[in-house]
Amino acid sequence: MDLAPVPGFTTARRQRLDANAWIDQLAQARAAGARLGALWASDARATEGVFRVCVVVQQSRALDWLELALPAGGPLDYPDISGLFPAAGRMQRAACDLLGVRATAADQRPWLRHAWPEGLFPLRADAAGTVGESPTGPYPFVSVAGDGVHEIPVGPVHAGIIEPGHFRFSVVGEKVLRLEERLGYVHKGIEKRFESFPATEGQRLAARVSGDSAAGFSWAYCMALEGLCGGEPPPRALYLRALALERERLANHLGDLGALGNDAGFAFGLSQFAHLKECLLRTNAEIYGHRYPMDEVVPGGVMHDLSSAAAGLVLRELDALTAQLARLDAIYTDHPGLQDRFVGAGRVSPELAARLGLAGLAGRASGQAFDLRTDCPAPPYDRLEVRMVTRNEGDVAARVAVRFEETRVAIELCRRLLHELPAGAIRVPLPAPRSDRPGLGLVEGWRGPLLVALEVAGDGRIARCRPQDPSWHNWPALEHAIIDNIVPDFPLINKSFNLAYSGHDL
Amino acid sequence: MTLSALLTQAAAVVTAAALAPLLVGWVNQCRAWLQNRTAPPLLLPYRTLRKLLHKDAVLAESASPLFRAVPYVVFGCMLVAAGIIPSLGTDLPAGRAADAIALVGLFATARMFMALGAMDVGTAFGSLGARREMLIGFLAEPALLMVLFNVALISGSTAMPVIVDRLVAQGFAVNPSLAFAALAFVMVLLAENARLPIDNPATHLELTMIHEAMVLEYSARHLALIEWAAALKLFNYACLGFAFFLPLGLASEDTGPTALLLGATWLAAKLLLAGAGLALFETLSAKLRVFRAPEFLAMAFMLAVLGLLTRLLFSGGVA
Repeated sequence: MDLAPVPGFTTARRQRLDANAWIDQLAQARAAGARLGALWASDARATEGVFRVCVVVQQSRALDWLELALPAGGPLDYPDISGLFPAAGRMQRAACDLLGVRATAADQRPWLRHAWPEGLFPLRADAAGTVGESPTGPYPFVSVAGDGVHEIPVGPVHAGIIEPGHFRFSVVGEKVLRLEERLGYVHKGIEKRFESFPATEGQRLAARVSGDSAAGFSWAYCMALEGLCGGEPPPRALYLRALALERERLANHLGDLGALGNDAGFAFGLSQFAHLKECLLRTNAEIYGHRYPMDEVVPGGVMHDLSSAAAGLVLRELDALTAQLARLDAIYTDHPGLQDRFVGAGRVSPELAARLGLAGLAGRASGQAFDLRTDCPAPPYDRLEVRMVTRNEGDVAARVAVRFEETRVAIELCRRLLHELPAGAIRVPLPAPRSDRPGLGLVEGWRGPLLVALEVAGDGRIARCRPQDPSWHNWPALEHAIIDNIVPDFPLINKSFNLAYSGHDL
Repeated sequence: MTLSALLTQAAAVVTAAALAPLLVGWVNQCRAWLQNRTAPPLLLPYRTLRKLLHKDAVLAESASPLFRAVPYVVFGCMLVAAGIIPSLGTDLPAGRAADAIALVGLFATARMFMALGAMDVGTAFGSLGARREMLIGFLAEPALLMVLFNVALISGSTAMPVIVDRLVAQGFAVNPSLAFAALAFVMVLLAENARLPIDNPATHLELTMIHEAMVLEYSARHLALIEWAAALKLFNYACLGFAFFLPLGLASEDTGPTALLLGATWLAAKLLLAGAGLALFETLSAKLRVFRAPEFLAMAFMLAVLGLLTRLLFSGGVA
């Protein structure tokens, strides 16, 4: 049982265990403070005659891939781990929809299965049937009974042009007693599609898992693939990858800061930040040939080199951005109406965040000091000493503050990357990937840690690829964040998390 | 009733109906400029109305006849209100038939029908919007009445043409009670017309809407009438404010069409300024939490009461 080494981590182990040992080991890991990376299943009947349930947990600089083999003929049940890692609940339900492996959990409702019959498991190799043509029956939401309690259903089609998700509020007057999310409306079968790609081209699809995390996901994919190939990109390519990732972080944070102002009725903020974001995107189009760095990160390096003239342009743009950002930060901070909306809204306490395993930016706003760039820095971050930004308040204001501060950190990082940019090649050819072990890639995207687990078949095609967005960890926390807030504050709270639909529904 | 009175009357209603969308277009244009955006065309609201009037209406299956009647009732109320507010001149026969209290009643009728129509279809958002609208209305109405009592107390009448004539006759005497009332009136105007900081007319977030949540189910001519009525309401409120607190250039009794034209010019100038002012205020403010709206309107009410008190103290002192 082997796992390809993962950059930034000192150990990366893979173990296959029986059900009891599996759950014991996970419980021990949880007790020791490990964090859930991902849970998914795969169909290994062709090679080993089993279905596998895989869990990746991370504990400081150690990664553990714990795997459970369920013989194809037998019962496909396995122990529920949502008691240990609450975020695993929905991942288990998704695995059940896609492959028919069932956790022994109380909640057996479908999660991604909206439009295919029960008993059809799209990710199985022998899946026959059409997905998308047979709507499932009504979804039983948990109802709240009581005097004056009523439900407000919102979505999946919204008044604005946003991605689809259904939110079921149980309210008394304007106060929210409970929120239940229903996602999966943009399930496109990305994991199935991966299996038709050669491993050397999978980064193209990975970049499109969620458009706002194009650089992050394609880097995580390439990291996993490079681990399997045993090759390493040249230093210049690593710096350019980091530049693309930090620019992606900048663009998303700027967009969110504007949208947060707008959701509080402060449209001035939206137009200012949208302008700043647009400038970044246009520069992206010039240096990457794409407004979002879609096909920039490729196996073995990057697609485009950066001329010194272009580097100068980027640096000048960063100077202008710094000045504008300082002024806008002052306007946001000094606006009493805006602060009144931000402060105290949608609070997730550090204790709750720790229990739920809140990840990434939202986690750092609730005192969860985890950032892959600081904790387990993969090259080139190991030479950059990234300053982690945390807040303890856990409200919308804290998430806004973390965004402002991380924007400043990202600007500084971009400057350093450009000043210290090594000379040399931007791409090297890679040996063929090994098919006897899986690979992992972890990258701190703007929203949080992006994980890609990759297995390559003997013929060089992708056998299984699981891209895991931090939204899986954070969507459940949003249900907690809204409790006891008022209904009209939900859009603002939701925006302060800004979780992925596409990256989650896959 | 003279010919000139009839002319003033007709001019007031027609001007209001014709210019109301322009006022909305102007405010939207100013808002866009202040946000560094390229502004939409000034005449966009007219085009929207035309577009909507050409479409086929879609009604919810559960809609009752009440739902279909609401747009006509609301639009009718706003048109009648335009007839009794001295916008161009004070020689308004209808203005003597219906006084300031009746005007508040007209607005309340329109509001009640809007809320009933919103709840009629039975969607969650309709009821949500209706509930919030009634909360705002229930707090805004007393404040508006207090503002009207302020001016009525000064002029000794609740008939609006009389009030305006007496205020004009007084000249520009410094009147602290009017200053308080004007402030309160602006706050009521913002709340009643679904403007920031109470409601956001530009929002796409259905959960935060008040006015927009109530009109989500309307389409085509029904929606056109509702939007036109909303524009008329803003226009009416603006004219009401001008009549009480800025009665410059209003044509008085027994004056000809020339005075009316002069009144129209003054009105256009005042609307231009007020629209820009509204846009500026909206650009600078964020939306209040829904539960801050009562505080906001309570403040408006207090200001209006303060105005009344200063008036009573003032006149008592003089006597």
